[in-house]
Amino acid sequence: MTDRAFAVVRSGALTTVQDQGRPGYAHLGVPRSGALDPAAARLANRLVDNSAEAAVLETTLAGCAVRPRCAVTVAVVGAPCPVTVDGRPVAWGVPVRVPAGALLDVGAAVSGVRCYVAFGGGVAVDPVLASRSTDLLSGLGPPPLADGAVIPLGHATAPHARVDTVPHMAPPRELILGVTYGPRADWFTEAALRTLTTRAYRVSSASNRIGLRTEGPSLERACPDELPSEGMVLGAVQVPPDGRPVVFLADHPTTGGYPVIAVVREADLAGAAQAVPGTPVRFVPAGHR
Amino acid sequence: MRVLPVGARALLVELADGDAAQALHAELLRRRAAGLIRVREIVPAARTVLLDGLDDPRRVGAELANLEIPPLSAREEDVREIPVRYDGPDLADVAAHWGVPVAEVARIHSGTEFRVAFCGFAPGFGYLTGLPGRYEVPRRATPRTSVPAGSVALAGPYTGVYPRSSPGGWQLIGTTDAVLWDHARVPASLLAPGLRVRFVPLAGVPGAEAR
Repeated sequence: MTDRAFAVVRSGALTTVQDQGRPGYAHLGVPRSGALDPAAARLANRLVDNSAEAAVLETTLAGCAVRPRCAVTVAVVGAPCPVTVDGRPVAWGVPVRVPAGALLDVGAAVSGVRCYVAFGGGVAVDPVLASRSTDLLSGLGPPPLADGAVIPLGHATAPHARVDTVPHMAPPRELILGVTYGPRADWFTEAALRTLTTRAYRVSSASNRIGLRTEGPSLERACPDELPSEGMVLGAVQVPPDGRPVVFLADHPTTGGYPVIAVVREADLAGAAQAVPGTPVRFVPAGHR
Repeated sequence: MRVLPVGARALLVELADGDAAQALHAELLRRRAAGLIRVREIVPAARTVLLDGLDDPRRVGAELANLEIPPLSAREEDVREIPVRYDGPDLADVAAHWGVPVAEVARIHSGTEFRVAFCGFAPGFGYLTGLPGRYEVPRRATPRTSVPAGSVALAGPYTGVYPRSSPGGWQLIGTTDAVLWDHARVPASLLAPGLRVRFVPLAGVPGAEAR
């Protein structure tokens, strides 16, 4: 093992490696995967002079702590959180030089859910189908971080003296998801279509990288038939038998057998990635094209 | 054919049946290879084809409505052969559903030419069609918590092979040593939608000699 690596000291609640994912393989049953908040992952990479495709860590609520074996520039963005190096507070959202052997601790999210930790040179686990992303549905890519694991880093390709800071949009107190109805809106009652876009939902604690689950009024089906499996897209609002809409996120299955009542605008999904359980959710018609 | 918008960048094309979906899928692959359509994902399923990652779904939808779809031809691709031992724990149940002696299951199954209608459930899991409608079987009333990798199984109109150990409710009729999924291999998946498949019984098992 070379010195270009870090040891995992505290893996947190769920910390995974993520990049831009594996688009293009859905026909083989391979989920797209990738960072749930892609803009934050790109920003973290920019701060450490990585290319936008470099792999980063995605933490969940509780953060993580790692000990690099080499001096490395890191940046933490996404959900705001305290960041320390050997116990001393350092800035969130700016490049930070971490000495070899020092402990980088990414604390629990103050708001939001997922922090993105970029390392100069990128996380360099072996790619699978051209991506280093952990896919929690199908098990492709590296497993989630475990305490004691040693994770390889790539070589930084550019000097990282550039100082940069980032404006941060705090995770909203209310998650507003623009939707277009369909493809299976006709499988629901008129009342259900109204309910979806007029009533209040909340983010369920059962949410994960596969889907944002909701609590709220049940959506009634007009068609009781069983839907033959069909292809699913990112942002699909699928309605399982309990009637509570589920918004498909990056690790969603490529096909599914429950009807999709509407699809969330892709630009709104980063907000879904950062909405803590209990956050109010409103589905808003995004207008027809 | 019904073309349903799916968000801002995708279309779901619904066909009358699975054969029509497979024919459209084959035609879409031809058109993509010829540079006539730009699309990130073409995902066939039971009786639909999803096109995801379109720049202009409205224009593509209009084109689809006027598309001449040639029927599936049997000569286009090679046949992928998968060696099978017909030794599954549900052989007797399947034979009972089919109303045939147990040894006949292997003969009928290995005498059928299948086609990968679509993939899903897990990377490399193909839903294979080809068995006549009278050989449909229900899923097991109680799914198994663990089905071994390489299990050859039936459910509804489909045959499938489990790429890896997983929970499953399909009826298990055999096992194969073929590696369905290996991400270090190119291509990673042994099966892909549109591929023709034949199961070849390994010698020395009941049913093999009956051919």
